Amino acid sequence: MSCGAHPGLVVENVTYAYGNRKALDDVSFTVPTGRFCALLGPNGAGKSTVFSLLTRLFVTRTGQIRISGMDLSQNPRAALALMGVVFQQPTLDLDLTVRQNLSYFAALHGISGRDAVRRIDMVLGWLGMAERAGERARHLNGGHRRRAEIARALIHRPRVLLLDEPTVGLDAASRRSITERVHELCDDDGLTVLWATHLVDEVRDEDELIVLHRGKVLARGIASEIAAGERLADSFLAMTREDAS
Amino acid sequence: MSAWLICLRAIVGREALRFIHQRARFLSALVRPLVWLLIFAAGFRNALGVSIIPPYEVYITYEVYIIPGLCGMIQLFNGMQSSLSLVYDREMGSMRLLLTSPMPRWWLLMSKLLAGATISILQVYTFLAIAAAFGIRMPWDGYLLVLPVLFVTGLMLGALGLALSSFIRQLENFAGVMNFVIFPMFFLSSALYPLWKMAESSQLLYRLSSANPFTHGVELIRFALYGQVNGWALLWTFAALFTFLFLALLGYDPARGLMRQKG
Repeated sequence: MSCGAHPGLVVENVTYAYGNRKALDDVSFTVPTGRFCALLGPNGAGKSTVFSLLTRLFVTRTGQIRISGMDLSQNPRAALALMGVVFQQPTLDLDLTVRQNLSYFAALHGISGRDAVRRIDMVLGWLGMAERAGERARHLNGGHRRRAEIARALIHRPRVLLLDEPTVGLDAASRRSITERVHELCDDDGLTVLWATHLVDEVRDEDELIVLHRGKVLARGIASEIAAGERLADSFLAMTREDAS
Repeated sequence: MSAWLICLRAIVGREALRFIHQRARFLSALVRPLVWLLIFAAGFRNALGVSIIPPYEVYITYEVYIIPGLCGMIQLFNGMQSSLSLVYDREMGSMRLLLTSPMPRWWLLMSKLLAGATISILQVYTFLAIAAAFGIRMPWDGYLLVLPVLFVTGLMLGALGLALSSFIRQLENFAGVMNFVIFPMFFLSSALYPLWKMAESSQLLYRLSSANPFTHGVELIRFALYGQVNGWALLWTFAALFTFLFLALLGYDPARGLMRQKG
């Protein structure tokens, strides 16, 4: 399937409400193919709702979402096949080994046997987890569990990788190493990444950036341009504070 | 092997591995019906006389009578536990992961139900083996014929749990499920006493019990254990299975139900 001409991820005029409470209000953004895009917003900004819509946990009738050109509402199965997801909440089965966890996920995508073994070895290698394949997930520290989850999300060779606050609860060293590794995946393999976070220090100057606050997009573009010569942390605080006052 | 079968095999395999690792769950799944069989039934043996009713051809002891009901109870608990653990345990994450698979959602849920039913069947056969060791035996062909029946009843009760897990937010913990689902279903059924005994006490309770899908599941198991098919019970159980399955699919439709509520 050739989707090269399409942007990695397109969200257009998406609105979503929980009952009367509007969680997303006319949200639109585009992530070009092969770019790392941070979805930055304070808690309650609507980031998780964006992720739930992107992964089709729920759907909205307003607006459109396209994954590598594939319309999520028209062709959900093909769109899901193009997407790798790392959820905010842990999703490893702690009683199973890393390899068993990854095999299970591979099978959910219809991949088994030697092909699965080869892919699992490859992605564990990418994330520096090869020697931990036989360990039970329960015995891994938080950083390694996250790495295992990222490796798992790459088994089916997705074009778009979605990560919802993947560094929450990790120490500084693990956060940095995971952030760096995912940036490398963008640069080396042309993976499109949407990385939700409320931590400004995870965003690089050259990254794409979307600032989400109270369900609305406050800014989108290149991080350094949005910061406009200031520290990104300051301009982010100013943006969200201004809105709150 | 087709992608669908690979997916099914993995879901069943994962459920089996989880079950093996959770020894406490396996043990409690067995201890519960054994307590009923070896203590409750022994105590009630003389209090409750069971006359000859189909499929039995001779007088039977109370222990023999409640065996099918206890098989049903194992499946009822298992169905509720495996589906509701999705909501109450930290299983929600693994359900989210499951639903990002590009396989059709109905197939994923069906695989999950098949996995749950398989586990419940392993429990039932272990229970039957222990009962046999205590001298409570069924005809040998009954042990074979009950296998497909247990699949149908296991799927039906699993689908009920899945439907409940998607629609009912108020059942905040397993105790609530015990009080409002498991106990009424179990006691308003033919699991512990034949329905004609219920009719002698209360016509209303008798009618409720007759309409209870669990009653028909238990009767289906009871007849199968004696090499017979109870057509009416089979029809009822299938009807309940399809109804619960439909509700579960509706509940896990991304446009409504569980996921929306949990968002």
